[in-house]
Amino acid sequence: MSRFGFRLEPRSNLPKWLPWAVPVGSFLAALLVGAIVLFATGQNALSVYGRILDRAFLSEGAFTGTLISATPLLFTGLCAAVAFRIGFFNIGGEGQFVMGAIFGSGIALKLGADAPGILSVSAMVIFGAIGGGLWGLIPGILKAKFRTNEIITSLMLNYVAIVIATYLIFDSNSFWRELTGSGVVFPKGKILPTGSWWPNLDFGSIIVPFGFVLGMVIAGWLYVLQRKTRFGFEMRVVGGAPTTARYAGMKPARIVVAVAALSGALAGLGGAADIGNFRHVLDPKGLQQSGFGYAGIVVAALARLNPVAVVFVAVLLGGITNAGYALRGPDFPSGLVGVLQGLILFCTLGGEVLARYRITRSGRTPVGASVLEAS
Amino acid sequence: MKAATAPAVAAFHVTKKFPGVIANEDVTFDVRVGEVHALLGENGAGKTTLSNILTGLYRPDEGWMEVAGIAVDFQSPRDAIAAGIGMVHQHFRLIPTFSVAENIALGTGHDPVGGRFDLKKIEERVAEISESFDLPVDPRAKIWQLSVGEQQRVEIIKVLYRDARVLIFDEPTAVLSPLESERLGVTLQTMARSGRSIVFISHKLGEVASIADRVTVLRHGRSVETTSENDVSALASLMVGRDVESVTRSAHAIVESSSRVGSVVLEIEELHAVGDRGLKALDGVSLTVRSGEIVGVAGVAGNGQRELVEILAGLRRKGSGSIRVDGESLENGSTRHPIRLGVSYVPQDRMGTGLAPDLTIAENMALKNFRRPPFARPPFIRQSVIDAQGRDLMEQFDVRAPSETTPTRRLSGGNVQKVLLAREMSGDPRVLVIASPSQGLDVGAVATVHQLLIDAAESGVGVLLVSEDLDEVLALSNRIAVMYEGRILDTFDRADADAQRIGLLMGGQLDVSA
Repeated sequence: MSRFGFRLEPRSNLPKWLPWAVPVGSFLAALLVGAIVLFATGQNALSVYGRILDRAFLSEGAFTGTLISATPLLFTGLCAAVAFRIGFFNIGGEGQFVMGAIFGSGIALKLGADAPGILSVSAMVIFGAIGGGLWGLIPGILKAKFRTNEIITSLMLNYVAIVIATYLIFDSNSFWRELTGSGVVFPKGKILPTGSWWPNLDFGSIIVPFGFVLGMVIAGWLYVLQRKTRFGFEMRVVGGAPTTARYAGMKPARIVVAVAALSGALAGLGGAADIGNFRHVLDPKGLQQSGFGYAGIVVAALARLNPVAVVFVAVLLGGITNAGYALRGPDFPSGLVGVLQGLILFCTLGGEVLARYRITRSGRTPVGASVLEAS
Repeated sequence: MKAATAPAVAAFHVTKKFPGVIANEDVTFDVRVGEVHALLGENGAGKTTLSNILTGLYRPDEGWMEVAGIAVDFQSPRDAIAAGIGMVHQHFRLIPTFSVAENIALGTGHDPVGGRFDLKKIEERVAEISESFDLPVDPRAKIWQLSVGEQQRVEIIKVLYRDARVLIFDEPTAVLSPLESERLGVTLQTMARSGRSIVFISHKLGEVASIADRVTVLRHGRSVETTSENDVSALASLMVGRDVESVTRSAHAIVESSSRVGSVVLEIEELHAVGDRGLKALDGVSLTVRSGEIVGVAGVAGNGQRELVEILAGLRRKGSGSIRVDGESLENGSTRHPIRLGVSYVPQDRMGTGLAPDLTIAENMALKNFRRPPFARPPFIRQSVIDAQGRDLMEQFDVRAPSETTPTRRLSGGNVQKVLLAREMSGDPRVLVIASPSQGLDVGAVATVHQLLIDAAESGVGVLLVSEDLDEVLALSNRIAVMYEGRILDTFDRADADAQRIGLLMGGQLDVSA
């Protein structure tokens, strides 16, 4: 319509290097824009970036802190990546994460202090996955059966999940709630028996949480699942061309339900890992504030839905979060950390658009003209 | 009567080209005040392009237009509306949650009745128009509450509300039941008598002959003739534009081989089905295909061909009636069952239904057999075997692409069709169902695809060829069935094929003397 506007045209040919160059270039662009913002607020950009690098990755114990921040993002990132790959927009990672935490902490408390650690930890892994999986199954089945919009249903279930967790700790005398000692005065969850605390693997200078290792293994497994198996093949067809999938004898609805459950299970595992590795207690307020489920969508987008890339992006974003804690202070408002994180996201997603489309000046093409309309 | 009056709208020597296609070439056409003027032609004859030019959607590359004798140059649809030309689209442009009156007022920019948005006055005016043209509709009803026929009335009132003097109807009866169509015909004539001019786009001969005062026939983008003829067989010849000689000349492409025709592989009996809109789409189709023969289904698009092939592929549920492949009955509601019975299907929507555009050529070729060994070692797929099959088939079917790992979305139309045929032929099918095989392909690719179909028949496959291109059907088929409004009106052996009679049948005329 507009005669002098700009238009986005899909690129027909993607050069091989482009998918790699664009995220890197976008990241550098974000740093550049960030430098301008920092300069405007009277900070020395170079020294800020230096401190981020230092606090995220280099200094004593920094990388361990980064991995701790990265672990939940890794799981919720995989949750979003696997679902988005088939065009199932699961925004419910948040709720599935919480359900995983409820189920995982529940089984650990049930097994009690006498259970062997290996049993408790494995049970938490399994129950966390089941809790999240069931929560993910709901929007999956609703979509397959009634064609409801999964973005809405999965999002709504986030609120339900957090309300359930809040009820368990604040509004009832549930099994999860500490009813003795200080718990009588201040509502809080029971501390998990130490035997069920997830181990940390010690590599000398770096300590790697077991949850992170588990996440890496699962990322690798997902990669194999998607690239090498029959199920993965069907996932790829359903994701790109659902009509074709049906035509070729596949059952897209079944695949959607299966992937919805898988996606939820991954977030649920994240919830169990968060409790098992770090919190050791069901803490609804903490879960709600962290917003790992939504951050996972960002991780998956930056990783271009590639499960292996999710590991690296989770570490990168975990590092920035981790450094953010350290940067915060009287001379460095916490809002500025958010600005930097937002800029990185904005530039990378923007770069994604430029990688796929080229910008052209729209000339005087006939209004609404399309070659295919000629009939 | 008023021969001296300038035509309401006229186009002179209009040419419109799109990359690779000449949609209109030297089209001349005029509509008098007070007449119903039909544009008749097969699919792709240029009817829609011409109406898009008349309504300002496209600008002609060459030629000019006049409205009431004054030359005009429409820059946009707005200009055409201002000049009093309105279009009733085949696909409605209405907002379901708005009322009838709101939809009609929408986009008028200002309210011609009161100067501000006075819904009451708009509703009154709508009711007035609705009454004077016998287009009953409640101005306060919401669009989603209305039937398709009522929605069309809203579209018509919308155009009348803007005080259009020339109304263009694009295949208006396509969405209507026979009774509604008849009623619409009366409405069109009433509007013409009230001094408006009607352009009526259609391919249904009977309707055109009974409703239109004059007919302009378009063929391959050219205006062939304007006539006040209302003899359907004369119109059919003009529309199809071939005689029996040219048929036999093009038919030499087929191998003379009734000997290779074997047993019945596909048997359709009394098949009924409803279409997407819930209207009857198939109304008792019976058809057999024997091994080694090509059976062509001719007909204008939208007469049930899509529903027929989709049922055969398992993509759509059938109503009553039976389908047997090699004697075995085809179940409803599964796309795997036809594949298992050996029904191959090359859809018309090749990219959207036949292929996964982001997957590689090799993967697309394995789309129907990747589950079984040697392509899978459950639960894994064997990429190397899939790729090897891709390379073999690419060579065998002469697919031109950098490699078997090229995504199919990068392929040209001809190569896309070759990939599909390669996959569908590689599974040793009993029946090959193919819809509009050469649509959108260049001449060279068309020849290749036709040769592949002949090869398929020679190898003993029963081919069901569904095409809107009559030339193609005549050139390839051993037998030809003509489909109209969900029925097979007649079936011919190629030797007895009479293009004029086929043209009549395509337009729904059973009786030549009609």
